[in-house]
Amino acid sequence: MSDLVRNIIRFILFVFLQVYVLDVMPHLHQLVNPYIYFLFILWLPFYMKKGWVLMLGFLLGLSIDYYAMTPGLHAAAGSLVAFLRPFIINLFAPKDSTEFSYKEPSPKAMGWSAYLLYALMLSFVHNFYLLFLEWLSFGSFINFLMKVIIGTAISMLMIVIAELIFPRKLKFRSNTV
Amino acid sequence: MHNIFLFIRRFSVFILFLILQVVSLYFLFSYNRSHRARGLGIAGGITSYFNRKYNTLEDFFTMQEENRRIHRMNDSLMNLLSSNFVNADSGTVIFRDSLMRDSARAARQYLWRSAHVVYATAGSERNYLQINRGSSTGIRDDMGVFSSNGGLVGKVVNTGKNYSQVMSLLNVMNKISVQLKRTGSAGILSWDGKSPSELTLNNIPKTDSVRKGDTIVTGYYSRSYPPGKMVGRVSGVFRDKGSNFLILKIKPAANLTNLQQVHVVENLADAALRELDSQTQQMIDKKGGNK
Repeated sequence: MSDLVRNIIRFILFVFLQVYVLDVMPHLHQLVNPYIYFLFILWLPFYMKKGWVLMLGFLLGLSIDYYAMTPGLHAAAGSLVAFLRPFIINLFAPKDSTEFSYKEPSPKAMGWSAYLLYALMLSFVHNFYLLFLEWLSFGSFINFLMKVIIGTAISMLMIVIAELIFPRKLKFRSNTV
Repeated sequence: MHNIFLFIRRFSVFILFLILQVVSLYFLFSYNRSHRARGLGIAGGITSYFNRKYNTLEDFFTMQEENRRIHRMNDSLMNLLSSNFVNADSGTVIFRDSLMRDSARAARQYLWRSAHVVYATAGSERNYLQINRGSSTGIRDDMGVFSSNGGLVGKVVNTGKNYSQVMSLLNVMNKISVQLKRTGSAGILSWDGKSPSELTLNNIPKTDSVRKGDTIVTGYYSRSYPPGKMVGRVSGVFRDKGSNFLILKIKPAANLTNLQQVHVVENLADAALRELDSQTQQMIDKKGGNK
């Protein structure tokens, strides 16, 4: 399966998972807002151009928005995550080699601790920005902070579960390693 | 000139990022003000196609409960039929008037249509429903929406050709004028974004004797809802120390997190009232303000 087809299928699956499972189910508590869709951006290949990642992040957010009826909210958060992704990947890039031998960010490619930090930073950024935009028009500050913390924890839990259930072993066809 | 191009090339990603942020924030804040989303017509066609597919699947699991609710509603309507009542006086004869409309009685003001909920969010602070009726079947903005058991659900905020969007009571931007059935005093119903089974009613004066279990009905001064329709029951009475008003917690009559069939109610006098309103406004404008 080519990267293009794989990512198109992923895009659709993540949108449907977010919209038809996480958004419609009755939430456990008022502070629990489960978000997983931005994992699509985290899983995009390393070699992808920054501009394209950004456009995809925006498009992903916008498609969630038209289901959730909040035009622009998820699009803003999605494009922020996509914009920050290359910088955070650079933080965790292995020093000895210039290229990753794997196609996509995954625990195998970066190591569990680096990958979890990468996911934690981006999911925190996503939840913080999204809930901040919501808080601007409604809600109390304590509520907002609690939501960010709990939401990030839930997102991280779901990301770890997703990694354990769907381990991706996508190597470049090269002789390194 | 050359330097400008270099600058743009160097920071092209950042500039693109800024543009996307501005676009999305513009979408967001213009939507929050007016509830009319840009591009919703095109996107609505795609999303409602998938929503319909999803809905047929969901119906498979939940239709039974809905059937039971509708059956109960039908039951209560059946009990109102005139054939249930006999005339004690055997000498009277019942005539059936040949006129289609009883000209002695008032003309119809509210028209009810049934609709199916194709998508509804439950967990957010701004919950909306999508229903499978739009402008092609006579739905317009600001029509009231009631659940299949007769409880208030919300108001149509955006109408597409075949689908429309309803702002649920579980939306922090919703403010509805309602009244206590027993005492008749009016208040403002809103939601604090917390529990879906608890709405807040403000502006009821402390002099009112409100008890737990009192019925809340829709108010008289609304163009969207017929007056006196069930909204919910009082589940808690709190006294606001800082003002002369009570804070009431209301349990909504409609099960707002599990809706399948709804009724959309049209106020047939709405256009006339609107026209009157704008004419009055024009007259005031012509006189040069309220002097």
